[in-house]
Amino acid sequence: MHEHECTCHPGFIHDTLIPQVGVITDIRQETPDVKTFRIEPPQGGKFFEHMPGQCAMICVPGVSEAMFSITSSPTNKEYQEFSIKKCGVLTDCLHSLEVGDQVTVRGPYGNHFPVETELKKQNLLFIAGGIALAPLRSVINYVLDNRQNYGHVDILYGARSADDLVQLKEIQEVWMKTADVNVYLTIDRPQEGWDGNVGFVPTYLKELAFDTNRTAILCGPPIMIKFCLQALQEMGFSKQQVYTTLELRMKCGVGKCGRCNIGSKYVCKDGPVFRCDQIDELPAEY
Amino acid sequence: MQEVKNRALALLKDGTVKRVLGWRIGENTYDPEPAFFESEEDMQTFVYNNFCAANLSKYMIEASKLEGKTLVCLKPCDSYSFNQLLSEHRVDREKTYIIGVGCKGKLSIENVKRAGVKGILSVNDTDPLQVETLYGNTEVSYKAAMLDRCHVCKGKEHVVYDELIGESEDTSTADRFAQVQMIEAMSPAEKFAFFQKELSKCIRCNACRNVCPACSCRKCVFDSDKFDSAQKANVDSFEEKMFHIIRAFHVAGRCTDCGECSRVCPQGIPLHLFNRKFIKDINTLYGEYQAGADAEARGPLTSFTADDAEPSVVAEGGTK
Amino acid sequence: MKKIAISNLPKLYAAIAKAQSLILPVKTAGKTNFSLWTEACDVDLQTLKTVKSAKDAFFPQSETLYHCHRDGKNITITPEDLQSESFVVFGIKGCDVRGIAVLDKVFLAEPVDSFYAARRCHGTIVSLACGAPEESCFCKVFGIDCAEPEGDVVTWLTEDYLYWKPVTEKGEKLTALVADLLEDSDDAAVTAQKEAIGKIVEKLPYAALSLEGWNGEALNEKFNSPLWETLYKPCLACGTCTFVCPTCQCYDIKDYNTGNGVQRYRCWDSCMYSDFTMMAHGNNRTSQLQRFRQRFMHKLVYFPANNDGMYSCVGCGRCVDKCPSHLNIVKVIKAFGKEGK
Repeated sequence: MHEHECTCHPGFIHDTLIPQVGVITDIRQETPDVKTFRIEPPQGGKFFEHMPGQCAMICVPGVSEAMFSITSSPTNKEYQEFSIKKCGVLTDCLHSLEVGDQVTVRGPYGNHFPVETELKKQNLLFIAGGIALAPLRSVINYVLDNRQNYGHVDILYGARSADDLVQLKEIQEVWMKTADVNVYLTIDRPQEGWDGNVGFVPTYLKELAFDTNRTAILCGPPIMIKFCLQALQEMGFSKQQVYTTLELRMKCGVGKCGRCNIGSKYVCKDGPVFRCDQIDELPAEY
Repeated sequence: MQEVKNRALALLKDGTVKRVLGWRIGENTYDPEPAFFESEEDMQTFVYNNFCAANLSKYMIEASKLEGKTLVCLKPCDSYSFNQLLSEHRVDREKTYIIGVGCKGKLSIENVKRAGVKGILSVNDTDPLQVETLYGNTEVSYKAAMLDRCHVCKGKEHVVYDELIGESEDTSTADRFAQVQMIEAMSPAEKFAFFQKELSKCIRCNACRNVCPACSCRKCVFDSDKFDSAQKANVDSFEEKMFHIIRAFHVAGRCTDCGECSRVCPQGIPLHLFNRKFIKDINTLYGEYQAGADAEARGPLTSFTADDAEPSVVAEGGTK
Repeated sequence: MKKIAISNLPKLYAAIAKAQSLILPVKTAGKTNFSLWTEACDVDLQTLKTVKSAKDAFFPQSETLYHCHRDGKNITITPEDLQSESFVVFGIKGCDVRGIAVLDKVFLAEPVDSFYAARRCHGTIVSLACGAPEESCFCKVFGIDCAEPEGDVVTWLTEDYLYWKPVTEKGEKLTALVADLLEDSDDAAVTAQKEAIGKIVEKLPYAALSLEGWNGEALNEKFNSPLWETLYKPCLACGTCTFVCPTCQCYDIKDYNTGNGVQRYRCWDSCMYSDFTMMAHGNNRTSQLQRFRQRFMHKLVYFPANNDGMYSCVGCGRCVDKCPSHLNIVKVIKAFGKEGK
């Protein structure tokens, strides 16, 4: 008989470290090094309910396991998606997989953007760079699907080149066409066929001169976050008005394996979403 | 030893060296820690006593990357390790000022405890050791408290130094290869049982590897995630043996037999026996060789001569 | 209070082992560690400190989480069975028992680690008072009474007898199991031993170690102290301190290719290891200073910040005894103490 149920704790049928099997049902090549994977349980549907900003552990057995943000919105009732950049052993392997291949998934892990509390009724300014649109896509679509609960939405998104913009189709066909949503795209260097803005995200952010009557949600490489935060402060934003996400090496996802802490906070459990004034209180080790 | 301290301080003050690599006084006589000293004030806590067992030569790998000269205190056997690292281009002689410090055998508090002494409050480092404990006072002979490696001392000569301070003594009391011969004489089943028993204690803390002057790879194969054998846990009983055997192979011909691996093992595994077996075989097959004795010499396993034993002879474990 | 003559202890072990597996201090090749009792094993209750703590009994150094089989494209996951049979851990000292309470804070917090929890509910702890504390002991600093440890059954070893006192329901059950071997006793010998131990504890060199200033509030002040720059220097970056520690609970999850599938296992990890926080695109603790600081900050600052002031150190002194470079938590605490004065 299979004894995965503890006789003293009948509730422990499924330890959080035991994953579910996931079938890749769709792969979209977003950019030369980013693919979006739709992963479903064998019977279809979703693995679990999640909130925008939460993450899941994806594993290719025998290769490795890592934490990825769930890029699809909770309002998507059919499936869950992950946008993954090729940058290591596991992600190289994931990029070599095909529709029908299986991986394992466990989660959801971490906190989420406060979409039902602090962000409600607010004007929102989303700022993302490169692959970091992945975690923001979840919250943007959540906001757009519950449009009446939020104020004006601005989305500033930049990448190295036009080819590196993730989810471009959805940006152009859905986000840009939604009422009271402005999308600003920028790329680092001029490129043939690109008639949008050229320049780094922080620079463009300053040029756009948003007023401070909004909450900013910022995701990107550390250097971009640093300069965007500076720009926002110059524009009059307080750190309490800015949310961002952090990423560190994780193994368990539930604050027990002990490696993703910054001071007494565990990024996997207490994060990945932090308000910038909260980050200031952490020791400088991230 | 006041003389070492004074001389090191003088060289630090006159700018000959930028820092001193020695030992810092611990909570007690028996727990001095390896330390870098950069100021006169800092040097107040410098100590050199008979419990200063740590071989400091490996710290010179990192110190060689620092600006300016580092004064390092090396005991006779430590100087072999330094020389070996020198021949492997892992340390910089130009950036090193070596005080060859005298050694009359180093002491191990573990061995004092092994002699049945419990609750040590204080101990001196003379013969015999006067030990004050929670449960009364006692004595332990110097020889009994001496590190196992000192019983097969490499001799009182430093093989590399800038100056010598203090007397050294050859503390050999045993034949270096006696234990190896004892194991060689065992049947395969007995050998297996012996190593099984010893190595099953291994907790994979990597202290043996990290302290080993011959383990100077910038990234150890066991730390690679591309390697099936993890560095921090045994998945099965084979791995605990494999880790140590692979390590012994990796340091073969370069191991000076400094004995640090066995000194630091929290489980008291006689890890040096693996290395000593290789040394004994190398001596038999390629002629007497002491790694680190000569920084210019070419190692028997890294040089080819027409006189080398044929592979078939090596495979059979025979003699040349 | 019950007692059993020392000469009868083998019978006691055999009686327990007949019903449940029994884990106790066993000497192998000169060193004593917690291990499964067998008829032939060399039980050692005289060595005060086992090299490794007793934490393996509940949080093994290496344990399988699940097996993963691949059939074509299909993956099947078979979780490892949870502990479902009762077992006894005998001879745990007061520090190690508290160490388990520290692990509880981590593994029994939501979401509960079922592998650990199952062992906890099936394990009965028979603790043993420390007849002769040693110089590196400082459990008193953490409010632990080594003369009367916590546990399901508490025992005291004198020259002739093992005194046996069940404390919890689990303890009563185990006592009932071996009732035939135990005889009733008064408390006199135990009272005398406790008094003697108390006097020794007062004389321990680290008995008066002050933890003043070590708390969650001190986070940035301690983190940013220049003292770490000197303290970490001799550290070899080995995992001895973490692996002999009763409270270190960091772990890694790894795959082992079994040839016909993947065995996913977890094993102890050490914050001292260079790859502990390494990611595909970076590492937030690249220097040994950072890694060394992490270990002590975790034990003395982060852990109390998250667990109502409870330290993740129980003063067992194993790191004091075992560090190859003679570094340890006492030296760290003292260095900061001097700084404060």
